[in-house]
Amino acid sequence: MLGNSLINQTIQNKWAELEPPRAEILTGCLFLFPSLAGVLIFFLLPFLGGFYYAVVDNPVDGRFVGLMNFIHLLGNQAFQKAAANSALFTFICVPLNMGISLFLALLIKRAGKASRAFQRFFIFPLVIPVASVAFFWQIVFEPNGILNNLISSYDLTPIDWMKTGWSMVVIIIVYLWKYAGYNVVLFLSALSNIPAEYYESAEIDGANSLQQFFHITLVYLTPAIFFVFIISIINSLKVFRETYLIAGKYPHDSIYMLQHYMNNMFISLDYQKLTSVSYLTAAFVTILVFVFFTYQKKITSSFS
Amino acid sequence: MSRSLLLSPFEAKVNKNKSRTAKAGAIITLSLFVVLFTFPMIFTVANSFMSNAEISESYPSNANLSDEQPSLANAYMRFKLIPEEVTLRQYYTVLVLNTQYLVMFWNSIKIVVPIVLGQLLVSCMAAYGFSILKSKWSDYLFFLYIIIMLMPFQVTLVPNYIVASKMGLIGSHLSIVLPGVFNTFGVFLLRQYMTGIHGAYIEAARMDGANHWQVFRHVIIPMSKTGIAALAILTFIDNWNMVEQPLIFIKEAIKQPLSIYLATLTDKARGIAFAASVFYMLPMLLSFMYWEDYLVEGIQLSGIKA
Repeated sequence: MLGNSLINQTIQNKWAELEPPRAEILTGCLFLFPSLAGVLIFFLLPFLGGFYYAVVDNPVDGRFVGLMNFIHLLGNQAFQKAAANSALFTFICVPLNMGISLFLALLIKRAGKASRAFQRFFIFPLVIPVASVAFFWQIVFEPNGILNNLISSYDLTPIDWMKTGWSMVVIIIVYLWKYAGYNVVLFLSALSNIPAEYYESAEIDGANSLQQFFHITLVYLTPAIFFVFIISIINSLKVFRETYLIAGKYPHDSIYMLQHYMNNMFISLDYQKLTSVSYLTAAFVTILVFVFFTYQKKITSSFS
Repeated sequence: MSRSLLLSPFEAKVNKNKSRTAKAGAIITLSLFVVLFTFPMIFTVANSFMSNAEISESYPSNANLSDEQPSLANAYMRFKLIPEEVTLRQYYTVLVLNTQYLVMFWNSIKIVVPIVLGQLLVSCMAAYGFSILKSKWSDYLFFLYIIIMLMPFQVTLVPNYIVASKMGLIGSHLSIVLPGVFNTFGVFLLRQYMTGIHGAYIEAARMDGANHWQVFRHVIIPMSKTGIAALAILTFIDNWNMVEQPLIFIKEAIKQPLSIYLATLTDKARGIAFAASVFYMLPMLLSFMYWEDYLVEGIQLSGIKA
């Protein structure tokens, strides 16, 4: 060990002699250049430049209006509807998704040798394009679809799934079906990092499986749960494909999401509203990321 | 293992029985979930081998259901999994008779393949660049990359659109390909992977007089193969599934990827829709079969805290 670190040290010294750090920085920048140029051109600069549209009254020779665009946006009914729906969706979907995927991951872990095979089936929906199974979901939820067939066979009143508030439930089901697998993989890999000895010694101390779950599994899973929580919120903002591919261009009011609103603004090329939404969403995500990094350090350090 | 030796043989046996029932219970519950999770795919594949007549009989169009008789029992749809007669008629229509499916499929390839290749090249270089720099400033920049990576389409489509319209790219596939290539997710993923490569390999190569480009070509790339494959399949899946960008950037129907076109098929074209759906998911299924391990690796890598 000692010899190794000595060698390492001499290598580092030698390396320092070989090349001055300035040249090092230059090569690093050269490798970084293509990516950084692309990020600047396609994301960062136009995003910052878009600020101009967000604070003027029209895209051509606009007058400075301060925060008026943001105030108009927040007062806009269509925007309020879209933001409320997106928020409701996130609020329901994230806990459900985490609960289901943790439950599945725990079951898969118990399956022993078969667990690898089981995991595969839950990743499957991630791979399948939403467009390819949209017809299946339509057949299930049409007014004369499979589900209503089942419902009416119990002499209950059929429900118009896609054209009432129930459409939110449909989208949540489709979303959970598709994305649960992602969290299952993350939870499984976190579960496999909990040393088996903890469970064995708890067993000897007479802890039942419920106690083991709350005092070992859940405790050591906290960092992973926290990560999955934040990433699930961020991913849930992306729900649109499902709605578009199943409900089409004009969905029911209750599944009119932020992205629908954006699409309408793109059609009318309302740059002020577009950039305002963009800035508001970006601020929200950035705050989430900062919360994540602040607390993640605390959480991880309290476990190691 | 050593601790279980401390248990009396009786206790050990009880425990073993208990865990065996738990395992059986888990496998039974999981199997039910597996049916739920795989059913949509199985259903779509099975129905793609049915004739038009059989499809429209099993899934009568909505229009047959008049408002006066909403509970018309025979107008309800029934799940059908086994075709009365297996036919390739639908596939013949999709692949030979109607050329637009092939055109759209080709559009999907024309958009997705350049994104994947470009993303691999740009991200590999940038990830190595970050690992050379290792300064306070490059850490800030990397943090910025992570934030950009996490932004939903509501944020990124606006700057992408502004640039594309300034460059006159709106309506062409390039308006989707270029931002796709510079997506920061790839840099993040490969950087995660490369931190696992021991610095000693790089140092040894440098000692032998290799310059950074040679180290990159002959040490970093070969040692990051798994990470690169993981990135390739994740990018491929994500972009093959794209909906948001073509809806906004591509105006002409003939230039749309197949995912968008599938959404425009109505209930009258259900017979072909199943075959077209299977055709569209086939590249995904194949790559999943061959690269499942890389996909899992990629998801795990994306979960390691930065």
